[in-house]
Amino acid sequence: MSKISLDDLSAMQFDVLKELGNIGAGNATTALSQLINAKIDIGVPQVKLLEFNQIPEVIGSEEKVMVGIMIMLTGDVSGIMMFMMEPEVAKEIVDTLMCGMCPVDKNSLEFSEMEQSAVTEIGNIIAGAYLRALGELTGLTFDITVPMIQIDMVGAILSVPAIEFGKIGDKVLIIETAFDDEVVRSKNAVKGYYLLVPEVESYEKMLSALGV
Amino acid sequence: MGELIKVGMADMKICNAPDSLTTLGLGSCVGTVLYDPVTKISGMVHVMLPDSTKIRNNSNIAKFADTGIWELYDRMLRKGAVSANIVSKIAGGAKMFSYSSGDNDLMNVGLKNVEATKEMLEKLKIRLLAEDTGLNYGRTIVFDSNTGNLLIRAVGKSEKII
Repeated sequence: MSKISLDDLSAMQFDVLKELGNIGAGNATTALSQLINAKIDIGVPQVKLLEFNQIPEVIGSEEKVMVGIMIMLTGDVSGIMMFMMEPEVAKEIVDTLMCGMCPVDKNSLEFSEMEQSAVTEIGNIIAGAYLRALGELTGLTFDITVPMIQIDMVGAILSVPAIEFGKIGDKVLIIETAFDDEVVRSKNAVKGYYLLVPEVESYEKMLSALGV
Repeated sequence: MGELIKVGMADMKICNAPDSLTTLGLGSCVGTVLYDPVTKISGMVHVMLPDSTKIRNNSNIAKFADTGIWELYDRMLRKGAVSANIVSKIAGGAKMFSYSSGDNDLMNVGLKNVEATKEMLEKLKIRLLAEDTGLNYGRTIVFDSNTGNLLIRAVGKSEKII
């Protein structure tokens, strides 16, 4: 039985989780930046403990359409890692990555099989970078499964990690990072989000690995 | 036009005509509408998990199909709805993500939510008039207490009414 409850995390524990989010997101963003050969600015990541009702508000509204890539974590730390991007951003990244070899219809919300596959691979690389940083820091293993992709309403995509969290409490710990890059600089406030959703036992492992 | 009342995740609301109830972006969760066509007293609950007895931390009754639907039914009766009149419509329970190499528990939670919802409705002897469940996409639902229509919106699909 876990000794940690999300409702009574100490300020110190909260800060440590926040720092884990910072490091993971920083590494992931560097990977993304190298992949598309563009400078990406990341905002200061925020760690929030939210009620279920508040989750979609983080990303805008429940009905906003986003590309979501989900990866299951196994190993020492189990849970869910999610990477979300606005569809336009995903299209731009795919276009850059394929060097124009694959025609990308940027005006459509539909993603071809090729585009979905490319976005999924991007998610794989980014999540790998995020988790590698956490692994090095904590000495714990973060094994990942094949990523899954979905383009749908934010509320619907986030229902999956919310349900996972729902099994253990009424709140979700969300680590949010905004990014803005040169490729998509024509758009303002372009955002991607990293979400790390470990199972409750995994918090304890991560915190104790860091001596907190 | 009545008021549009929002029902969040693990939440329930009750209204009277001409108000409407809505849940935005339902994924694997299930939205259940209970409705008394005579008094027009209507309720909506947005459940996340099938069974409260399988979860240790189960104080939030609106989170589970079993306790959530029972509580909604009970509250509606206390508001003046007549049990013999009450009918239901349900939506959601999608499988948002899937593996090519087989599924696990987490992937099938939508299906389990739908099954548990139907089981609870049967237990309470509430007739299920219509459903739009399963498949692999999110839904926004709007219930009009005046007409008893449940409007369903999904990305890239035309609106439908059940």
